[in-house]
Amino acid sequence: MIRLNLEDKLFNATIQLIEAAATWLPNDVENALKIAYEKETNPLAKNMLKAMIENVKVARDEVLPICQDTGTVIFYIKAGEKFPLLGKLPVILKRATIEATNKIPLRPNAVDVFTGKNSGDNTGRYIPWIEWEIEENSDIAEITVMLKGGGSEAPSLAKVIPPGQGLKGVIKIVLEDIFEAGAKPCPPVIVGVGLGPTGDIAMKLAKKALLRPIGMRSDNPEVAKFELQLLEAINSIGIGTHGMGGLTTALDVHVEYAYRHPAALAVAVATNCWAARKSTMKVYPDGKIEYLTHPYLNKEVK
Amino acid sequence: MVNEYKLKTPLHEDDIRKMDIGDIVYLSGIIVSARDSGHRRALELLNKGEKLPIDLHGLAVYHLGPVVKKVNDEWKVIAAGPTTSARLEMYEAEFIEKTGVKMIIGKGGMGAKTAEACKKFGAVYTIYPGGVAAVAAKSIKRVINVYWLDLGIPEALWVLEVENFGPLMITIDSKGRNFYDKIYADARNRLDKEIYPKLGIT
Repeated sequence: MIRLNLEDKLFNATIQLIEAAATWLPNDVENALKIAYEKETNPLAKNMLKAMIENVKVARDEVLPICQDTGTVIFYIKAGEKFPLLGKLPVILKRATIEATNKIPLRPNAVDVFTGKNSGDNTGRYIPWIEWEIEENSDIAEITVMLKGGGSEAPSLAKVIPPGQGLKGVIKIVLEDIFEAGAKPCPPVIVGVGLGPTGDIAMKLAKKALLRPIGMRSDNPEVAKFELQLLEAINSIGIGTHGMGGLTTALDVHVEYAYRHPAALAVAVATNCWAARKSTMKVYPDGKIEYLTHPYLNKEVK
Repeated sequence: MVNEYKLKTPLHEDDIRKMDIGDIVYLSGIIVSARDSGHRRALELLNKGEKLPIDLHGLAVYHLGPVVKKVNDEWKVIAAGPTTSARLEMYEAEFIEKTGVKMIIGKGGMGAKTAEACKKFGAVYTIYPGGVAAVAAKSIKRVINVYWLDLGIPEALWVLEVENFGPLMITIDSKGRNFYDKIYADARNRLDKEIYPKLGIT
């Protein structure tokens, strides 16, 4: 009985989690947009920022998707080894994705690579995508959903450089990538940089870096300094909001790293558009749900 | 100086030719959504001498894959911001030539081939702020029709009636000028002459 109950609660809470992500931009992102608006001196960029901030408000007040590209549904799970529904999580999250697509609604964005056919419900081979971390001695699951827009995937890259090129080599890859992308990924963007021994490890870290709140620096002071150096350099390029020029091309840069191989420094860049939609909840084994990024939801849960 | 225009479809070449990059348009009338598959299928049909389900002469094409909901058998557009136009660069010049469309609406900019077609055939490329989808949907008064739903909801041709849809900024005008050319040239210059030297990067 208790197991069934938890499953239903998790299913319903996940739909609410996805709806919150699609319609309510997290506070850290909205605040960053407001700061960018306040300090912007380029009138075209300022007008664009104003329209974006207004849109965030309308979407929140009327529970509408912020952007019509409601993205690829990606879940990040940090689950305790003793969380009761550990093995069932993928099935529940997939069912909730289908129901959320129908209810909110979301735009169906899962397309078969070979036939070109849209599944119509945001699920398909490996989709929704799930990233796992298992935690020792815990019975709680922390679930984050990211609705990842397609346009802002254009600049995604992973490249392996000789370690001799060092951090200067990293900076050059990031700056050239942001320059090449120009107005396409809906700047101001959030930039995730991953460094490590192999291309896939670097890419996973770059993507994970996008989950960190805006303004939160790496806990490693050297890395924190590097993040700020990159941010300043990106914002000196002058692409600006939607390519209008001006002060803010990126709202923040987050760097995550793994130890590299002696012979290889893999560099990955992942970007998110300004409508960086994500939401996180904690699920307790008794069915209690705690929404972390969207705490207003906590009042509504019985 | 920035001019503001209120236009209604069908659009006339004289009005289009008056506008310069940076000018702002608010558009009323009929716009039709088309993305990658929509452009591809339209050109395939036209090149076989067949007709499109809707005549695009004098209309606007919107790079859009909307969020829609069916309420009592009627489609309602919930969110309708632009998609990245650069993907359509490979089709747009031929699309402008063969459909007679006068205005392209998208975001993120388009390239030299589209600019050349805008100049030759008297069309403009305009941008609406990317991601501003909830507000954009408010300008859409109704869904007149939808074709090619077999391509999936984002790729279908949505025929939409809009009222004062904007601000749309002229990004490529019918003189073939591209607003983004100067932005990118300046950015390239800053990277090579200021940012890299300062960071000791060659």
